[in-house]
Amino acid sequence: MTPRIVEVRRDLLRKNDLLAHQLRSRFAAAGVTVVNLVSGPGAGKTALLEATLAALHPGRRVAALVGDLATDNDARRLGRSGAPVRQITTGTVCHLDAEMVAAALDDWDLGALDLLFIENVGNLVCPASFDLGESLRVVLFSVTEGEDKPLKYPTIFNGADLAVLTKLDLAEAVEFDRAAAYRNVQAVRPGLEIVEVSAKRGTGLDGWLARFSARISA
Amino acid sequence: MTFVNTRPYGSGVHELSIAMSLVEAASEEARRHGDVRVEALHLRIGVLAGVVREALAFSFELAAEGTPVAGARLIIEEVPVTVACPTCQAERALASPQEFRCPVCGTATGHVVAGRELVLTALELEDHDSANR
Repeated sequence: MTPRIVEVRRDLLRKNDLLAHQLRSRFAAAGVTVVNLVSGPGAGKTALLEATLAALHPGRRVAALVGDLATDNDARRLGRSGAPVRQITTGTVCHLDAEMVAAALDDWDLGALDLLFIENVGNLVCPASFDLGESLRVVLFSVTEGEDKPLKYPTIFNGADLAVLTKLDLAEAVEFDRAAAYRNVQAVRPGLEIVEVSAKRGTGLDGWLARFSARISA
Repeated sequence: MTFVNTRPYGSGVHELSIAMSLVEAASEEARRHGDVRVEALHLRIGVLAGVVREALAFSFELAAEGTPVAGARLIIEEVPVTVACPTCQAERALASPQEFRCPVCGTATGHVVAGRELVLTALELEDHDSANR
């Protein structure tokens, strides 16, 4: 008995991609720029976002959506800025997908925002496959993680629109090799721009915030 | 050197959500072709799809239980990253996703034309006709 081969063509991420496409249209219609922050755990997404919200709120119309496996620690930290913050608790799911974002934004008046940051679950693997409808995907990596992170996780670096090198204040202590880090980023994503920050000291924040200045109305 | 407790996947289980989509898509297709047993699923997975094949196989086994595709084999074709080289004006497959550089002329290029796909391309079905002959 020989098997019969039937050709099909089913994109396995289609459901997410369709939802992401709808979200992207919704964001465009509302005039909100959406930034998806991805990184490994502990790279400093929350610290950068805290500093970002503190700098922009209340002068600018900015908000954050935070994905976390189990706790609401990050959302509480971000909430201190006074900017609107919502949390998605993903449970055991290691990434945010378009469906979770759509559900979390359901009754949110996006027209009241210029800039929405989505803090993804800390993970350098899974979030890479899931489009959230964002305008900009930013990958963070810290000087303490080692210069070879881009080579170990080429997929997530390759899919990013901007890289942020964090914890600059610790660079000397960990003998961070900047040239090697830049070389590795360029190897997996030629042309990717890198912004260097220390959220703790406030270093480089102006350069980071300048990325959004054109999109933020006063 | 001994590695203990090496799990079939890295830091997550997004392959489980992908496996569930796979089971759903394959079961639909199987039903459309008459309720026959599915012996194998053919997949094309890009090197940049972010999917670990062992993790997908493991997740598929779990997700397929009690469905028309339970017990089917996964036949995975890995699709290398292909970039467009602006110097050669040609598409080139990369030997590794860690070096986005034209393998012929050495120009750095991030213009990916293939290597992100995650597609179910074919089903191998038990053939009823030949079984009844």
